[in-house]
Amino acid sequence: MSSPEPQVSDRIHSESFLHSLMRRQLRLSVACAGAFLVVLFGLPLANYFAPGLMATRVGGFPFTWLLLGILFFPFVWLIAWVFIRRSIALEEAEAAEVRESDARR
Amino acid sequence: MTSLAMIAAVDPWILALSLLTVAGTIAMGFWAAGRSRTAADFFVAGRGVSVGWNASAISGEYLSAASFMGVAGMVMSSGYDALWYPVCYACGYLFLLLFIAGPLRRFGAYTIPDFAEGRYDSPVFRKIAVVFVLFIGCFYTMPQMKGAGTTLAYIFQDITWFGHKGLPYWVGVVLVGVVITFNVALGGMKGITLVQAFQYWMKMFAISVPVFVLVAVHGGYGRQLQANGPEVADIMAAATRAAAGTGRPDVSLATADGTRRALLPTNAPADRVWLNPFGPLTTKAAKAAKPAAPADGSAVKPLDPRPYALVYTYSLIIALVCGTAGLPHILVRFYTNPDGVAAKRTTMWVMILIGVFYVFPPVFGVLGRNLLPALYAGTGSKGTDKIVLELPRILSGGGVWGSVLSGVTCAGAFAAFMSTFSGLLVSMTGALAHDVYGRILKPTSTPGERMRMFKWCAVALGGVATLLGSLVEPLQINFMVGQAFAIAAASYFPLLFMSVWWRGMTMKGAATGMLSGGTCALVAVTLTNFSDLGWISLAGFWSHHPLLRILCEQPAIWCVPLAIGLMVVVSLRTRATVPADIRMKMLVLHAPEALGLKQEYIREHEGHAH
Repeated sequence: MSSPEPQVSDRIHSESFLHSLMRRQLRLSVACAGAFLVVLFGLPLANYFAPGLMATRVGGFPFTWLLLGILFFPFVWLIAWVFIRRSIALEEAEAAEVRESDARR
Repeated sequence: MTSLAMIAAVDPWILALSLLTVAGTIAMGFWAAGRSRTAADFFVAGRGVSVGWNASAISGEYLSAASFMGVAGMVMSSGYDALWYPVCYACGYLFLLLFIAGPLRRFGAYTIPDFAEGRYDSPVFRKIAVVFVLFIGCFYTMPQMKGAGTTLAYIFQDITWFGHKGLPYWVGVVLVGVVITFNVALGGMKGITLVQAFQYWMKMFAISVPVFVLVAVHGGYGRQLQANGPEVADIMAAATRAAAGTGRPDVSLATADGTRRALLPTNAPADRVWLNPFGPLTTKAAKAAKPAAPADGSAVKPLDPRPYALVYTYSLIIALVCGTAGLPHILVRFYTNPDGVAAKRTTMWVMILIGVFYVFPPVFGVLGRNLLPALYAGTGSKGTDKIVLELPRILSGGGVWGSVLSGVTCAGAFAAFMSTFSGLLVSMTGALAHDVYGRILKPTSTPGERMRMFKWCAVALGGVATLLGSLVEPLQINFMVGQAFAIAAASYFPLLFMSVWWRGMTMKGAATGMLSGGTCALVAVTLTNFSDLGWISLAGFWSHHPLLRILCEQPAIWCVPLAIGLMVVVSLRTRATVPADIRMKMLVLHAPEALGLKQEYIREHEGHAH
């Protein structure tokens, strides 16, 4: 890396920094995983409780086949895209926060 | 004379394209291996390579014979239930991205044993952790060998082999096993970015182009599915009656909207069952069940298979999604990026490349059901697992274009099982030669001795994989890969997930959970396979306990919680042994790379060592 050697700060090594770091990252990951799992685990339930609706034909496809075989992929891309954007922003904010607290010292 | 007759019986296009792939793969492997000699070169081969190339390489490594051949075969034989496989193969990557990829990259551990040692400061745990590289590797190579045997049996189906028609399955397995084993032992076939990237585009071309041509000639994906709907049931029934009268069961019929469809053999699932979300795959155990007669002497009520199918479906989803995040050979690739942002952009592209690929194999399955249902009557290497290879041949009535396209899919199949088998063999051999021999059996060995040991291990493991592969002809490719995922989901996934997100984990907790979960999954799926292969007789027991059968066939639903639960309980009881510098380790795992904590951590560790 060409970036200058970062200063070792007390802020980084504080318990509260690690705690907030892990909590923020985990919250983002869990939120994205939640959106993914609700749909993934919800689809078998929909098949179970609403078989008629899920078998409706859409352009030749049974509706549930269209959801699982085709539409599920772009849905997952969307979640991945949101996660990647947010996590890059999160890392930048965390790095900026450490630099600020160092500057204040 | 006999050899001339043998060659004349083989389709020249298919043979030429397949041989070209084999030669090209081996040549590229050696060319690339000659350019990078050290382990560091191997692991960070992608540095300085663009995001596009790197994403293609990761995707190329991931798509095995299960993706290329197995998914299509299983969709054809089971219908909707089998769709969970391609979807979860692709979407498991999301779980990896959300919970594991980022922290592991920051920690700088190349492999799972590296991570296990670094996270717990324990060389002992490294030795324990390496065990499942071998188990998962073995389960993953078996379906690759089935793919090899199936492909060669298809290519040489018309030759005469000692008085029998067609090449036996095991000969194909042995042939491919020997070629790849020696290739690996001689140092070719390392996971080089360029070769893997090329493999992805080759597989993508080989699966998509034949689909586009087939769909253009025979009607689109939706129209082909429509031809399985209830509205054609009457036409099909009438045609079946008429065909029964003439004694020609394989006539084609044009359905209401002009889509052509051949009659199904008697052992194929009916349209209604095949399209049902709880179809032949997930309801098999419950349908085979013989419930005990009620005590009051009333008639036996058949089981409602749907609740059982729901359990099966959820267990399968857990195995595939968590298993992707625990596959040893996938994680390594995350280090082939210059920095964390590039790694994330690469992952996004990987998900797109893999996702697009997985739309195509199910189309083969649907088309195969309508156009080539004769495969339902075949078993083993002559069954639906070869639909991807054989279906393009029906174009132009077996003329030259059908042969060319069939050659293209055969070439793609070779690319798929050769790349995955050699990648697995390299990682299993590395684990055996470097971790087991180099660190446990003979820590004082010289690099020369280890190099020689690497070759012997490659030959031994290649032999074991070939032997196992030749035994599993009756099992479906996709099913076996799903078992490898279940073992990974119950062993490495809990280890990685809990080690990254819970600082209270101890080495004893991690080891207990990983070994128990992984071993339970291993024993359960092995029992299933032994029973399905007819080596032990459990069918009677399972017909009385269909739920146990499902929990054995798809063990993830209980093995993953078991592993995580044991990790928590044992870690809490051995709380005193949490590594002393756990806060620093957690910081390295989670703090942004821009803060440079990894360098600081390494300096501190070196300070302790001196």
